[in-house]
Amino acid sequence: MVKWKRLPLNSNYAVAYAVKDADVDVIAAYPITPQTTIVEKIAEFLANGEFDAEMIHVESEHSALSALVGASAAGARVFTATASQGLELMHEILHIASGSRLPIVMAIATRALSAPISIWCDYSDLMNTRDASWITFINSSAQEVYDTLIMAYKIAEDPRVLLPVMSAHDGYIMSHTVEPVDVAEDPEDIRRFIPKRRDRINILDPDRPVSIGTIVRPEWFYEVKYQQVVAMREARKVIKEAQEEFASRFGRRHDVIETHMMDDAELAILTYGGIYGTAREAVDMMRAKGMKVGSVKLRLWRPFPADELRKALSNVQAVAVVDRAISYGTPIAGPVALEVISLFYDEKDAPKVISFVAGIGQRTVTEYDFVGIAEKSLKYLSSGSIPKETIYWGVRGVEV
Amino acid sequence: MAERSQRIEIRWHGRGGQGAVTAAIVTAQAAIFEGKYAQAYPEFGAERRGAPVNAYTRISNTPIYTHAPILYPDVVVVLDPSLPWDMVLRGLKENGTVVVNSKRSPDEMREIVKRSDVRIATVDATKVALEKLGVPIVNTAMIGALIRVVPVVSIDSVIRAVKETFPGRLGEANAEAIKASYEVTRVG
Amino acid sequence: MAESKEKFPQTPIVLKEPKWNEVWMGALIPEPGNSVLNNTGTWRVFRPIIDQDRCIRCLICWMYCPEPAIKILDKPYKTKQGREYKITLEIDYNYCKGCGICVQECPVKAIEFVEEVK
Repeated sequence: MVKWKRLPLNSNYAVAYAVKDADVDVIAAYPITPQTTIVEKIAEFLANGEFDAEMIHVESEHSALSALVGASAAGARVFTATASQGLELMHEILHIASGSRLPIVMAIATRALSAPISIWCDYSDLMNTRDASWITFINSSAQEVYDTLIMAYKIAEDPRVLLPVMSAHDGYIMSHTVEPVDVAEDPEDIRRFIPKRRDRINILDPDRPVSIGTIVRPEWFYEVKYQQVVAMREARKVIKEAQEEFASRFGRRHDVIETHMMDDAELAILTYGGIYGTAREAVDMMRAKGMKVGSVKLRLWRPFPADELRKALSNVQAVAVVDRAISYGTPIAGPVALEVISLFYDEKDAPKVISFVAGIGQRTVTEYDFVGIAEKSLKYLSSGSIPKETIYWGVRGVEV
Repeated sequence: MAERSQRIEIRWHGRGGQGAVTAAIVTAQAAIFEGKYAQAYPEFGAERRGAPVNAYTRISNTPIYTHAPILYPDVVVVLDPSLPWDMVLRGLKENGTVVVNSKRSPDEMREIVKRSDVRIATVDATKVALEKLGVPIVNTAMIGALIRVVPVVSIDSVIRAVKETFPGRLGEANAEAIKASYEVTRVG
Repeated sequence: MAESKEKFPQTPIVLKEPKWNEVWMGALIPEPGNSVLNNTGTWRVFRPIIDQDRCIRCLICWMYCPEPAIKILDKPYKTKQGREYKITLEIDYNYCKGCGICVQECPVKAIEFVEEVK
């Protein structure tokens, strides 16, 4: 039986505990708010001798991920964390990591992108990495942060997948919020769940030499990229398996989406990250007033859980998707809303999708905002005219 | 709603360097030790000594999902009474509680607070802190005052939490500060 | 829409190459050093020729050769002037692309550069 100790941890510290318990070999990182305390805590663990790893102090995020590409190619279990501009600076290497099929794991404390400078939370950084072929989780509680990071190694290192994994949580809204987190009393319990394996072919081993980072001509490149398509497809299965094994070993169940009060809901509110919990509590408030509203949490962003969402949303009349990033110049500017619309393209009796943007640069989002979003959505529904463009919730000077 | 009625939301008001954020976390930690659910977080902004600092603690007997800021606190804890009162009292619920670091009596404080519905408690936390810690860092003394007026967590749990946060002699001294202020807090 | 009867020529694709699942993952090369299979000396226009009597065995050509196509052989050589060397430098014409760097860098101008007769 696995023993847990319940600690008051913010999501950044939950990441650090998971990195320690996963017995990561190499960490390379560059400080950036609001991620910095992840690596600070890891450094503290290393200094105290609570676990042993190589910590590489690099001069930029580009170098941080580059160092990990090397370390992972050497067969090490690796970790880094970043946010915002740091993730942007890594962008080039994101594709090199996934294209080289290296099981790198990275935590993101999401933060708005400059300019103007904002150190506060939104998801514009994470959404910009959408097509980088990284498996991407978005967490909604500090416990989920700890659990997901552990599962991330299981998924990334699976020979059917071999893709890097990002595990994101809201900057400040979660990175600096203390919540109860059950962490393993004995890290060995975690390590038995994710034993280190050296069975992948892309390890630089003098006894079994290979070349990594090759140039590929047009008659080969397409096939190599198609392998990534297949790996992402396989990842859906592997993620399910990892969640199942995690639940049976540790008693905590996570899924790629989570639903609340959806059985008889007419309207669903779909969102992700820290504000999902706020939406969920807003649903309870609205249910108490007899409004038939439910909530859906998107926990996995890539690969997109299409089947699960289609099923979860099959009986609602409308779904309000609340995004915290803007895809500028598109009628539907919410990245997740776009994907949800594509789910139901050309389907009869499909739910209406209403795209909202909120919480940009950490503009406050409370339960009352979700109540407002739900009331507005129900009004659109009853009037029969669903907006064809994103609604920018809470921006001053715009009537909705 | 039953779930909500058992939740207590506390807002801490201090200035940079007084330890409001630590107080919020230690209180949450004590609740977690008791098997309750809790959340604590700072007001997110640039931290600097002397600037007004807000911190928040949510305590509940059921899981807390929301990550929204506390707009309508049940309790405000004021580490520095020179902070503007309109800011301190903003959104405080009817029949809520104000815990203030002050040499004044609760009755004298009510004339400043200018609200008849709220409960007021005062404690000379600066004096307690100077006696027990030798520095005017009043956060732990204010935790003692808080749990005297609003017993969200037991004094034993708070002392355990403060000793884990500050190992060694500092923890002992802070535990003394909690005990002392718990005794001398005056409730109006 | 009626389908066109006319047959368009197909875009040339390399159908005989391995399928996606037969290609090595991430385009890694499982047999490092296989570039020796590629004889890069086939398109040379000028051929460098070492004058063994003028060559002082300084190895600068060997250091600069990008291919590398300069071989250091354990073959003693006695020059016309009577100087004895324990080694001989030779160019591997299977790989020499004729770039002329060795000709440029040789400090004693011991390498000639002559047009290939094709």
